[in-house]
Amino acid sequence: MAANSNDFSVPTVQLLAPDGTFAPNEAAEEFVPYFERLTDADHERFYREMVVIRRFDREAANLQRQGQLALWVPSHGQEAAQVGSAFATRPQDHIFPSYREHVVGKMRGLDVVDVLRMLKGLTLGGWVPEENGNFHLYTLVLASQTLHATGYAMGMQFDGATATGDPERDEAVIVYFGDGASSQGDASEALVFAASYQTPQVFFLQNNGWAISVPASRQSRTPFALRGHGFGMRSNRIDGNDVFASYAVTAKHLDDARAGRGPALIEAMTYRVGAHTTADDPTKYRLDADLADWVAKDPIVRLKAYLENRGVAQSFLDDVEQEAADFASDARKRALEVVAPDQDVIFDNVYAEANATLVEERAWFEAYEASFEEAQS
Amino acid sequence: MTMLDAPVDTQTLTLANAINAGLRRALHDDDKVVLLGEDIGTLGGVYRVTDGLQREFGARRVVDTPLAEAGILGTAVGLAYRGYRPVCEIQFDGFIYPAFDQIVAQVAKLHYRTQGAVRMPITIRVPFGGGIGAAEHHSESPEAYFTHTSGLRVVAVSNPQDAYTMIRQAIASDDPVLYFEPKRRYHQKAPVELDGSLSLTEPMGSARVVVPGDDVTLLAYGPLVQTATDAARAATADGISVEVIDLRSLAPVDYATIEASVRRTGRLVIAHEAGSQGGVGGEIAASVTERCFSYLEHAPVRVTGFDVPYPPSRLEVHHLPGLDRILDGVDRALGRSNSLSELEAGW
Ligand SMILES: Cc1ncc(C[n+]2csc(CCOP(=O)(O)OP(=O)(O)O)c2C)c(N)n1
Repeated sequence: MAANSNDFSVPTVQLLAPDGTFAPNEAAEEFVPYFERLTDADHERFYREMVVIRRFDREAANLQRQGQLALWVPSHGQEAAQVGSAFATRPQDHIFPSYREHVVGKMRGLDVVDVLRMLKGLTLGGWVPEENGNFHLYTLVLASQTLHATGYAMGMQFDGATATGDPERDEAVIVYFGDGASSQGDASEALVFAASYQTPQVFFLQNNGWAISVPASRQSRTPFALRGHGFGMRSNRIDGNDVFASYAVTAKHLDDARAGRGPALIEAMTYRVGAHTTADDPTKYRLDADLADWVAKDPIVRLKAYLENRGVAQSFLDDVEQEAADFASDARKRALEVVAPDQDVIFDNVYAEANATLVEERAWFEAYEASFEEAQS
Repeated sequence: MTMLDAPVDTQTLTLANAINAGLRRALHDDDKVVLLGEDIGTLGGVYRVTDGLQREFGARRVVDTPLAEAGILGTAVGLAYRGYRPVCEIQFDGFIYPAFDQIVAQVAKLHYRTQGAVRMPITIRVPFGGGIGAAEHHSESPEAYFTHTSGLRVVAVSNPQDAYTMIRQAIASDDPVLYFEPKRRYHQKAPVELDGSLSLTEPMGSARVVVPGDDVTLLAYGPLVQTATDAARAATADGISVEVIDLRSLAPVDYATIEASVRRTGRLVIAHEAGSQGGVGGEIAASVTERCFSYLEHAPVRVTGFDVPYPPSRLEVHHLPGLDRILDGVDRALGRSNSLSELEAGW
């Protein structure tokens, strides 16, 4: 596929054709052995995660419309890229997300209500990565997390926690970022450091076509995957709506990273089917026809067709629908029950130790608030 | 006759639309004016401040940039070298920091380094401040980082007329200008005179008395000018006459206007959303104390956000100085044992 008239081209790894037939293309050949690690149960897990998160995504958008969330950041359309790559991580790995990877957090053990709590405006993240599958906080300042991920991976090297030859122990990092974020200086610097130190890490770039209203072509005139080569690391472009490609390519690169063979970049071609956030109206800047094209390549429909071709039981598909509905309604219920923290938590944790200025400000604030109560009584 | 040719045309505009009208006017008057930013073209900005401008002036004058603030400001420097007058939009206050190096190490210094040979007529538009229930990094008040930097002018607008006039003045200025927009007031409406000549308007660096009064001088800028005006009205009920000054220019500060007021009232309260530590309020308090110490009947009082990172939005109401906190500050400046708090210090 030519990116533009300069004909920079790069093959796209695909194992599952849009109609759901298993037909690895030439670029996929080296990754087929990784796909072959998967059992039927794994395929079903992929499907379940994708259906459940899409249903949850819709529920969260409803919560926002009903005034329960300040904002929602939809992931509709990007489920295959996220589920496949997340499944390729091992328990000892660390994940640095952007802000749209809700299912990655879920698969690592994060309670999605923690995400809802943040989008209710009650926390700035708030979860402890080590207690949540090493799933680090969302980062809204675009691409900052790419450097954090690289630094974390450097720490793994310094600690001798990687490339020991024991895949059960060797650690790696995966960092998620977008086509827009890739333009930030931080992203380039992270790629420089990672290549320079040969860090154990995968850069997972979800090219969902858009950075709010700006098309990916404004950020790069070559496939992003070629940038990885420019920085000196292995790179692949994958069909991001093919969950098997996402899994197999990430699994290979993470295995290589853990084994000391350095970093890699994956560009997952996908599409932001929904709005950027609930504050955005995409009809102002993009064409219905493009959207329709991508909806036709829906990752869930594709995997469902694959499973059906393989004779999956209807009862399984029905169970997944039920599970999705239950998951969403449970999340809604618990999101509604979340209580606001005490107002003076705003003074907590600014510093590791008590800070004289804040001790005074807090005392003043408490007395000030109390004075209203006295005035009323 | 088009709107742009009309000598004086008064329209009721929101603050956001007034900036839009000022930008349109500047694009029309000077073909060296170019707008750069994220999502400012096709979309017209996330707050629609640049709505319609790309359609009207084309994609070379109103440029959707790649997503990189350092890139926006760094290329603006190059464009300024080349004779352009770039107007850069930073999408939200908390996303200006990737451009910080270009702003404080390059934009601010090039006139000085070139012994005046090179001008940096760059305008940097920054929606700032909280109170809108936004996500992290979307409610900050980073102005003091820039008022601390020599070579930069810093303004904050509070109403549609100033928004219109001052964006034009900022663009016309041969110095770089940080232009802070109070995003929680974007929808506030008022009649705006879309006049022809900038030479007839108040200078961009001047402060303005918006409510005259005798007992206390209350200084505010950007989003809190409205709050301060409301506070002055409320104080009248208690028989306190508050003079409200809209600072407008944070660097340089119009001390003449502030001093004239403080010499009469003997008392000064300064309100801003940013924390007090190293802030604009502290600087003004110190300068006013130096300049008119003998006229002061009470130490200047700051009413500000707390010295904490901007809290999660559901808690921002406790952080931001609202009407009551400002009134409390007024009481303290008057040395009154007031009904709300008898505490000495206050934020
Ligand atoms: C440094 C910085 N600048 C601007 C923004 C505002 N902003 C938030 S998301 C976004 C677009 C991001 O696009 P992309 O990286 O492709 O990720 P996507 O949202 O499409 O998943 C922008 C401009 C930001 N969050 N951080």
